[in-house]
Amino acid sequence: MEPEDEIYENGGGEQPPPRSKPIISGEQLDVETYASLYRDRTKVARLLFIADRCDNEAMPLEALGMEALRMAYDEIKKGENTQLFREVVGKIRGRLGDKYEMDAAWCETVDRRAEQKKEKLENELNSYRTNLIKESIRMGYNDFGDFHYAHGALGDAFKSYVRTRDYCTTSKHIISMCMNAILVSIEMGQFTHVTSYVSKAEQTPDALDPITVAKLRCAAGLAHLETKKYKLAARKFLETGPELGSHYNEVIAPQDVATYGGLCALASFDRTELKNKVIDNLNFRNFLELVPEVRELINDFYSSHYASCLEYLGNLKPNLLLDIHLHDHVETLYDQIRHKALIQYTHPFVSVDLRMMANAFKTSVAGLEKELEALITDNQIQARIDSHNKILYARHADQRNATFQRVLQTGSEFDRDVRSMLLRANLIKYDHNLRASRKL
Amino acid sequence: MGSIENLVTQIQGLSGSVDDIAHLHNILKIADESLHAEPSALSSVLDQVDPAKHSLGYLYFLEAFTFGPVSKEQALTLIPILARFINCCDAQQIRFAPDKFVSVCKRFKDHVLLIESPLRGVSPMRAAVRKLQTTSEHLTTLHPDFLLLCILSKSYNIGLSVLEDDIFDVDQPRDLFLYCYYGGMICIGQKRFRKALELLHNVVTAPMNTINAIAVEAYKKYILVSLIHYGQFSTSLPKYASSAAQRNLKNFCQPYIELATTYSSGKIAEFKVYVDTNREKFDNDKNLGLVKQVVSSMYKHNIQRLTQTYLTLSLQDIANTVQLGSPKEAEMHVLQMIQDGEIFATINQKDGMVRFLEDPEQYKTCQMIERIDSSIQRIMTLSRKLNAMDELMSYDPLYLSKVLFPQVGRERQRFDFDDFDTVPQKFPI
Repeated sequence: MEPEDEIYENGGGEQPPPRSKPIISGEQLDVETYASLYRDRTKVARLLFIADRCDNEAMPLEALGMEALRMAYDEIKKGENTQLFREVVGKIRGRLGDKYEMDAAWCETVDRRAEQKKEKLENELNSYRTNLIKESIRMGYNDFGDFHYAHGALGDAFKSYVRTRDYCTTSKHIISMCMNAILVSIEMGQFTHVTSYVSKAEQTPDALDPITVAKLRCAAGLAHLETKKYKLAARKFLETGPELGSHYNEVIAPQDVATYGGLCALASFDRTELKNKVIDNLNFRNFLELVPEVRELINDFYSSHYASCLEYLGNLKPNLLLDIHLHDHVETLYDQIRHKALIQYTHPFVSVDLRMMANAFKTSVAGLEKELEALITDNQIQARIDSHNKILYARHADQRNATFQRVLQTGSEFDRDVRSMLLRANLIKYDHNLRASRKL
Repeated sequence: MGSIENLVTQIQGLSGSVDDIAHLHNILKIADESLHAEPSALSSVLDQVDPAKHSLGYLYFLEAFTFGPVSKEQALTLIPILARFINCCDAQQIRFAPDKFVSVCKRFKDHVLLIESPLRGVSPMRAAVRKLQTTSEHLTTLHPDFLLLCILSKSYNIGLSVLEDDIFDVDQPRDLFLYCYYGGMICIGQKRFRKALELLHNVVTAPMNTINAIAVEAYKKYILVSLIHYGQFSTSLPKYASSAAQRNLKNFCQPYIELATTYSSGKIAEFKVYVDTNREKFDNDKNLGLVKQVVSSMYKHNIQRLTQTYLTLSLQDIANTVQLGSPKEAEMHVLQMIQDGEIFATINQKDGMVRFLEDPEQYKTCQMIERIDSSIQRIMTLSRKLNAMDELMSYDPLYLSKVLFPQVGRERQRFDFDDFDTVPQKFPI
């Protein structure tokens, strides 16, 4: 499997980049289009992530990395986060010319302004607190949260946002508190917080507007994805309503919903579920239209065109590896999808010619044999390999024999367990008696 | 001297009915001290009492007579006397003074070991065990000594005949530990790994307040045998094991735990390296032989796994997958396993192919039905026993006082009563 992927990677790199491009494709990622999907901090974070990946792996992607750094630099300068600014400048290491040098003067003004603003906010908050006006205190803390968030002090921002909770009077306030907390926790990578605040928000008595619901679904999906609960993640992404649009692009773009949801669903759903919840899902179809590759590969998978499905997957891989949320899970998801495909391929047959199967999966017979062996050992495929004639025979479990075997085994286990239990009970009793007689 | 002769006449007169013997027992208890005072005078008296008819009196004399340390020569003369007594004494009479009998038998065992011919002790000790037992479920203090003699004289088969009885009643926990440990060793010697595992498991999970050396050694063997028999080992102990065992056992058996982890990776080369580097540790524990069996079992388990996935496989491929040197070697292994009934397969030497077959057992024969039937009967007996035990427990005053009024006893309830869970754990008062 490995060498194959590398071929795709190289193939992806060689193609000429410009063309009217969907965001994630076999061609090299166009950072500008990619970045335009997002705003605020996630944009910077994603750009920096790409830059890091490109830097580390010493791929022929340095240009891409530099481009990402350049855009991150511009984006940060619009904000007030001097800490991050210094970091980025350090990463650029002067490779982008004079325009992207350390701007000490800017840093200083921003820092000074921040200092003043902080003082002002503190004064305001104190006066609110002495007056005990709930709403104002809430606003005060909220402002503090915004301030910390803008300056990259995520922990403080989270604390301030959560503190507003005591002063929330309407469910609208609670929702906004939860949304803020979720936003910050996603960026901190604290996905347990995300889950708990999502459920908090969903528990508010008033009906939520569809956009908020969609946002919450996305956040929950991300949290599940991060904890490797792919099935739950897929469900959440699939439930996301089309109202999401680009309203949540400080966290996630609709294209991402399609990719994450699609891949998780492929990896974890069975065939009927895939048909009902993904392919026939009108809501999700809207998302899938944004990323035609994912749509195509899901359809290919469902209609058993595994070769083309795997090819699409291979093409997508290098770009998915650059995704801030998905990169860790790409390998696992891909493995699971491939296993699914193998299992599905063998399922309807009594015997399968390994050569034909290898052809369908674009791999060698020996490699396929190894993969099948692993799956059979895992009891995921009930079959046995005739390695002499290169044929896979389905194995139909003999219920009767299996039952007999189990009966005998259970019997002897029960026998053994009860005997040792009685023995232990007697020992305990003995010990008990001994103690009692000593006491007398 | 006169008192002893008196005693002899009383013994001769009072060895008939049960009441007489009880009376005699009282007399003997009083005389016991004076007997110990002059053991040398007893040798002539011993001839006047018949070991079969006057077993109880003979026992008291013999016990006093053999008291104290002996030299090798003395042991040689004593052994026939002791063996004769053990073989022909009357079981009912000696059960009046079990502790005397036990100490006589233990001395007999020591003498046999002193002259280094444990085989001479095996048969009398077996008779002693049978005579001391009230029922076949009773574990006496002599069981471990008997098994020890069996191990030392390598007469495992005789040991197995005693091990086949299920035991439930135990006099001393220490007896059980030793009995199960020695029993496990005998079963290992006879390659009856399932039974060995059961016995060793009993040692490891037996209730104990502090960890003991027997349990530690048993746990080491348990790990090894489990690897040989099942090809795997789970490091977590069942929850009914005592907390002392849960906490400490693993720390004492670190090399063995690591051995099991290395085994589970399935890489035979790595495993061999590990065994070689730790050879000394295993050798010190006298477990090296078992460890070697673990190594060869690894090949077996790997080949067995192949039968689950392949219908046909070339010898070359088998050699490659299980990391054997050559197809020839693989053939030998497969052949051996077919002979032992561990796999079902045919070897085609012409093209070097092995064809794995399904288990031919169809569960249709009369023997199979009989086997299942006997199994059902056995389990029914067991569950009746379980019920009886449960009932007995539910009106045991000690148990009730602990469970119903836990606050009365100042000592916190320290026993796990999960096993007898019919009475509610806490009773609202």
